[in-house]
Amino acid sequence: MEPIYTYPKTLIDVPLHYCPGCTHGIIHRLIAEIVDEMDIGKETIGIASVGCSCFNYDYFNFDMVATAHGRAPATATGVKRVHPDCLVFTYQGDGDLASIGTAEIIHAAVRGEKISVIFVNNGIYGMTGGQMAPTSLPGMKASTAPYGRKVESSGYPIKMTEMLALQDGCVYAERTKISSVGSIAKTKKAIRKSFELQSAGKGFSIIEILSTCPTNWGMEPLDSIQWMEQNMEAYYPVGVIKDLEGGGKE
Amino acid sequence: MAYIKIREDRCKGCALCVNACPKKIIKLADYTNKKGYNPAVFTDRDTCTGCGACYAFCPDVCIEVYR
Amino acid sequence: MVEKQLIKGSEAIAEAAIRNGCKYFFGYPITPQNEIPEYMAKRLPELGGTFLQGESEIAAIYMVLGASAAGARVMTSSSSPGISLKQGGISYLSGSELPCVIVNIMRGGPGLGAIQGAQPDYWQATRGGGHGDYRLLVLAPATVQEAVDLTFEAFDLADKYRNPVMILGDGVLAQIMEPVTIPEAKAWQENHPWAVGKQHHRERNMICASYPDVEILEKVNQKLHMKYDEIRRSEVRWESFRLEDAKYVLVAYGTAARIAKAAVKTAREKGIKAGLMRPISVWPFPQQPFIDLIPQAKFFLSVELCTGQMIDDVRLATGNARPVYHFGRLGGVLPLPEEIVDRLEQLIKEES
Repeated sequence: MEPIYTYPKTLIDVPLHYCPGCTHGIIHRLIAEIVDEMDIGKETIGIASVGCSCFNYDYFNFDMVATAHGRAPATATGVKRVHPDCLVFTYQGDGDLASIGTAEIIHAAVRGEKISVIFVNNGIYGMTGGQMAPTSLPGMKASTAPYGRKVESSGYPIKMTEMLALQDGCVYAERTKISSVGSIAKTKKAIRKSFELQSAGKGFSIIEILSTCPTNWGMEPLDSIQWMEQNMEAYYPVGVIKDLEGGGKE
Repeated sequence: MAYIKIREDRCKGCALCVNACPKKIIKLADYTNKKGYNPAVFTDRDTCTGCGACYAFCPDVCIEVYR
Repeated sequence: MVEKQLIKGSEAIAEAAIRNGCKYFFGYPITPQNEIPEYMAKRLPELGGTFLQGESEIAAIYMVLGASAAGARVMTSSSSPGISLKQGGISYLSGSELPCVIVNIMRGGPGLGAIQGAQPDYWQATRGGGHGDYRLLVLAPATVQEAVDLTFEAFDLADKYRNPVMILGDGVLAQIMEPVTIPEAKAWQENHPWAVGKQHHRERNMICASYPDVEILEKVNQKLHMKYDEIRRSEVRWESFRLEDAKYVLVAYGTAARIAKAAVKTAREKGIKAGLMRPISVWPFPQQPFIDLIPQAKFFLSVELCTGQMIDDVRLATGNARPVYHFGRLGGVLPLPEEIVDRLEQLIKEES
């Protein structure tokens, strides 16, 4: 019998540091598979940000630059301007992209920076221990929102991908989720499309991936996926938000 | 006819593969690995179709599928 | 052809950078250094380079980080409040051992302060500036010609040590026009083996300033420390003016040194044996030249456009062997040479 699903070439064969059931590992694997399939492992540069995924420079087997909290789009800009022929992507969580890095991400989109942004949204700060994120849902408990997020004082969850899609420099924006075999396949397709658009010299694209944080949500991995689908998806609907290249929907 | 290999030392026992398997032929072991997790174990070579659902869902990329 | 041209300090800095292979510039407007980004915006596209006005100083410094990681010669410039905003990035650049040139055209502070030239950022520049145990190589030109020469050289030094180099100027230096000779363009090829880019003929590269293992982080800090020691040994620069028989040693850098030099001339005309010790590298600070001056010196007078920051380094260098005094005007006010001479004469009287 032949191996049909195996460890991707551009994922370094080491144990991942993520908590049990954390979907970062699935998203890492998807990226590595796409890089393998597109055969661009020797010309891909990833930008690691700050948060749980900050050590992904130890996992991807291609050039990586680790940068500061929220600054990945600016760092990616510097890298891409020097190496326009390389595929450059950022990998950012919601604390990183939707809070401290809002200026950098919006202006990367405004400039139509030819980069791919992988935005993993689980509505909480994972690495620092479960603090409230700008993406936390109303009422959602966090270590800095022990009574649940109150919109009166903390406002409403931020819809980054919709906001970025409004910018003319953004050619493709899609929100997906990691909740089923089908949604994982859709996520892969979306990331692949983003990479292909970049390789074709098109502009900025972002794939937001609804994800979970079993540890800081205080749930079993399976329950957290259910919770994400039942609660987060209502606020953050999945689907293509903007696709300038794919059939002229705009 | 298909089978999967699970690297038990890498498994964190999250059970996402257990849930994903349409044939329900993956379960968590009653023993623990070095990390202290009950790893997922493959139970039935004859029933496995090699669909790859477990592979797709494994956050620790510790499953390989053969067909 | 290398010929003399009359040029503004800020534009001269920009052109000198270009002549030594700087093809990438990321900045954000702030007075009194806007002519640097404006010059780059005009010139770099002509040369196939990239000028980008970031959305903030913070974004600009992380664009510098990206371009440097990608192996390019890259520069940013700003003025005091903007340099404060860049400090996080400068710490990351230092921790990642990435070369770049950062120009700080200082102005009066704290806060928004005022746009006139001053020297209130000496401590920030010479002590690293941001979080973490690191140093920048800091060069402080006093003339436009020196700004040209030091900026040109700064790129080579940054590459040599894989470290950010700061050009520490002020609003006066950036705004004055002087006749200068700018070196001819030097061919520079991007070839850093550690940089990210296409990887067809090498293993993957990784640029980072993140070391979760404390034992490794200690080693990283030790390695950085050894590099800083090497810089201390090899890159000390200073100018001495009429120090041969000087009993009273004025100490000043940058624009303050120009005024102090005039004060030394005036004092000499009055028969006062004054001289000027002008650090050009303010980090590494020229310690030994100060030690050598102790036997002949009655005291040192640190002339600064702030309340006294470099005076600490003069005291560290001289080890309290001689009194060290301070004179300065603040907030962007420039002293007249006569004010410095008055202070000198008053101190001589007090000392005797």
